[in-house]
Amino acid sequence: MKLSPKTATLLVLVLLIALSPLLFPSGYYYRVGALIFVNAIAVTGIVILTGYAGQISLGHAGFAGIGAYACALAPVHLGLHPGLAMVLGAVISGLMAFLVGRPILRLKGYYLGVATLGFGILISMVLNNERQLTGGPDGMEVPDLGLRGLLKDAGLDLTNGQFWYWFCGIAVIIGAWLALNLFNSPSGRALRALHGSEVAARTVGVDVTRLKLQAFVISAVYASVSGSLLALQNKFITPDVAGFMHSIEMVTMAVLGGVGSVLGAIFGAAVLTLLPQVLTVFAEYEQMVLGLVMMLVMIFLPQGLLPSILRRFRRGDE
Amino acid sequence: MPELLQFLFSGVTVGAVYALVALGFTIIYNASDVVNFAQGEFVMLGGMITVAAYAAGVPLPLAAVIAIVATAAIGVAMNKLAIEPARGAPVVSLIIITIGASIFIRGGTQLLLGKQIHTFPAFSGDAPIRIMGATILPQSLWVIGGAVVVFIGLWLFFTRTLTGRAVLATSNNRLAAQLVGINTRFVMTLSFALSAGIGALAGVLVTPITLTSYDVGLALALKGFAAAMLGGMGNPKGALVGGLLLGLLESMTAGYLSSQYKDAAAFVVILLVLFFMPQGLFGRKSTERV
Repeated sequence: MKLSPKTATLLVLVLLIALSPLLFPSGYYYRVGALIFVNAIAVTGIVILTGYAGQISLGHAGFAGIGAYACALAPVHLGLHPGLAMVLGAVISGLMAFLVGRPILRLKGYYLGVATLGFGILISMVLNNERQLTGGPDGMEVPDLGLRGLLKDAGLDLTNGQFWYWFCGIAVIIGAWLALNLFNSPSGRALRALHGSEVAARTVGVDVTRLKLQAFVISAVYASVSGSLLALQNKFITPDVAGFMHSIEMVTMAVLGGVGSVLGAIFGAAVLTLLPQVLTVFAEYEQMVLGLVMMLVMIFLPQGLLPSILRRFRRGDE
Repeated sequence: MPELLQFLFSGVTVGAVYALVALGFTIIYNASDVVNFAQGEFVMLGGMITVAAYAAGVPLPLAAVIAIVATAAIGVAMNKLAIEPARGAPVVSLIIITIGASIFIRGGTQLLLGKQIHTFPAFSGDAPIRIMGATILPQSLWVIGGAVVVFIGLWLFFTRTLTGRAVLATSNNRLAAQLVGINTRFVMTLSFALSAGIGALAGVLVTPITLTSYDVGLALALKGFAAAMLGGMGNPKGALVGGLLLGLLESMTAGYLSSQYKDAAAFVVILLVLFFMPQGLFGRKSTERV
């Protein structure tokens, strides 16, 4: 039996997420797993934008910031349930991406890089400076999602770590499923065509402008949801979530793992989320090792970790 | 009026630093099409190495020279070890490589020289000079003067010397330059040395005013990158104008509007400029061959 790449990817993801807890020596690992999933969702958005459509963003953390602060602010000021606040954040992020994307996406390469960078910095600056609303750099508290309590009443008693592991894990699978559907749809094919050559795609009648904008908006929504989940999970949020380093982290995770495929990018998210946990052994060398890993992978495995590993495997088969 | 003059002085001082960082971006970009996000770390290294050498008892001028030479050597090493092996990699990978290099350099500096904020004495004292009711620090004049000397020196280098023209030829068309016998690998090495050295010089000049620590590089890299893009990447004139414009915008916003949002004004202007002039102010209009 031959599985389609889409089914295979989803199967691998479901198995990994479902079976990993069997190996967890302590509850702490649920927490790390949930963090990986939060990053995996943002990175899936980057796959759509960079891997499929070939566009760069150095400011996607801005959307994560919108998602995160929507969950912190909307329940307090609008009386919205945190779950609905997450939806609101996603809608605002999508709208923002739609408005900003129109002029920005005409730019190419490094120019697109600096424009998205500027956008991200503006968002993080507002979050840092509007103290009376956001608490400034000190951050602010985020209300409880309340779902764990409901589950408990229904007879399913999970620890906080377990709850967020499963909740975010399911979100990752849904996100990956949507991205893979897009990949196989006519829109996805058109996106990949424009990645290959914008002019060629335009020549055969692809509406390049509309498609790029679509990819930008979708990836912004992914980033926003990821930010919301991070905020709800930590019950606390600081403007760092919208900072430049977070934007870079997203892109690095995706590219390090292999930005061309959802599985590769999620693998990258797992590696880069785990790395600091492992690197604490190196204590003061942590930063240097991190920088070194980034450089070495990009120099020797420019396609990303997962595609390179898979290729080695296939070669082994022959 | 003295107020405006005061903001002008501080804007030009900061702008001169941005212009030097942007120039560093431009030189490397021209030679290799790489935007080097570690450029800010060169500025940091210039300041930090001078601090370390000065603390070890080396006289200040010699300490500054040591810092500039050492930083240039680090730039060359970065080119040889990280950029050359990745030739032809996509833009995103190159961005990640240079950001990896900058994290590496930052981590190394923190390890060797510590986390403290440092400074060393200003070159010509700290007594502010009064001009028409506004004041300027003697060190600011050093910064502005240093930038002027660098820009004139580079202009002479690029237009009057054979090596300089070889660099220009390489940036115009790498293959054609190779065909007429220009050693483009040497040009790349030279560009990294030059741009690291210029960054370090900026760091040496500005440290007595702004102080330095292991983590000042990133912010400078972002501003320098923004200034270079504002002027039009790849054009030294653009780097100069972009840097000064950014510095002035910041000091005027801080002075007249809000000091919290001084960085915002700069990025709003950059976004606006790019909307109307996607190649920056002085960028070459690029035509894509299909």
